[in-house]
Amino acid sequence: MRQFGWNELLFILLALRWTLLLSLVAFAGGIVGGMMIALMKTSTVAPLRWAATIYVRLFQGTPLLMQLFLAYYGVTVLTGVRIDPWPAVIIAFTAYAAAFLGDIWRGCIEAVPREQWEAAEALSLRRLAIMRLIILPQAARIAIPPTVGFLVQLIKGTSVASIIGFVELTRAGQLMTNVTFQPMTIYPLVAGFYFALCWPLSILSQALEKRMDAARATAPIL
Amino acid sequence: MRYVFQFGVVADHWPALVAGALATLRLSLLAMAFGLAIAILCAFLRRGAPRPIALAVATYVEIIRNTPLLVQLFIIYFSLPGLGIRLEAEEAAVLGLSLNLGGYATEILRAGLDAIPKGQIEAGRALGLTRLQIFRLIMLFPALRIVYPALASQFVILLLGSSIVSAISAPELTGVTNTLQSTTFRAFEFYFVATGLYLLMAIAVRLALDGIQWLVFVRGRAW
Repeated sequence: MRQFGWNELLFILLALRWTLLLSLVAFAGGIVGGMMIALMKTSTVAPLRWAATIYVRLFQGTPLLMQLFLAYYGVTVLTGVRIDPWPAVIIAFTAYAAAFLGDIWRGCIEAVPREQWEAAEALSLRRLAIMRLIILPQAARIAIPPTVGFLVQLIKGTSVASIIGFVELTRAGQLMTNVTFQPMTIYPLVAGFYFALCWPLSILSQALEKRMDAARATAPIL
Repeated sequence: MRYVFQFGVVADHWPALVAGALATLRLSLLAMAFGLAIAILCAFLRRGAPRPIALAVATYVEIIRNTPLLVQLFIIYFSLPGLGIRLEAEEAAVLGLSLNLGGYATEILRAGLDAIPKGQIEAGRALGLTRLQIFRLIMLFPALRIVYPALASQFVILLLGSSIVSAISAPELTGVTNTLQSTTFRAFEFYFVATGLYLLMAIAVRLALDGIQWLVFVRGRAW
């Protein structure tokens, strides 16, 4: 049996970058997909709205782990060969992030006062221009705190990828537990790493939200 | 490559899947009850207790909210035996889910308590009520009413998150599905159907929670 030492710690630390990388890739993909979902949900074309609603409901109404299994075995079914979990994990987490960010941002777009739409229409701007020049810049400001909050959810969510064998922080902890048999040391340590990643983001998100509330409270009423 | 979907195999194992779904519901309902109890206690302690206790509660909430449920379950199931606390997989699952929900629900409930008008609390004090009485009789019910939608969403998140307890081999729908797919080699079909069952359960629980809201907060009393 191995003792938990520097090598084991290094192994876990190095696996941390896969947690980070997966989170960042899914977040980047989710930003693109989420933007599309948010625009579809606030569109004037009804079928686009329905499609986006169904997409969001499906992802928010099923377990992340099941989405991951379906992506993993779905890729296997489509290609006929069992591949390493990377593509499936990326697909699943990107689609997951797109659904949640899309729903968050839909709320932010709708939170922009209706008068802004009306004023822009009075200036005879086109819908696309109103969205791009008037609505989205204001929605983006409102969107920052909950988006940072979702990043925390995403980072924590990537731990689930360990269940299908993707080696990230949690899986590395499991592997090291298997060879050293020191779960008392390793799992709290792994939790500590997640905490070190997520807590500053949570605090940032809360601080931004508080600042925005304060700004809103002091803003002149139209 | 051609792949022929065979859902007949899934139909053959239908009773096992239904039993798994019921186990998931049982696990989740237990955790909802315990989690809500933890949250009410913690929300009270955070406001009314001496500083060290309030700080301990805040620490618990932050740790729960900033670490993954999966790692929390691993600590309870694999690390705690080192301290002499040995739990069955199902006990560990209920404990883990309850503590997890408790952390989130404490934070949700706090927002509701903060929204209670100060005058109401002062009125209670003027009547000579104790802190506990003020919390129980004046603050708790209206606070729960205010945050009920957020709590209900958290309950649904818990139901879906419970699939993760399959990683510590607690018996529920995901665990049952894992076993079935590994013996029948029809992974996609089984996970597809299990996902559908989760969706149905999420919808059913959501409807039930909306019904409770109507019974308790809308029709129940005029607050």
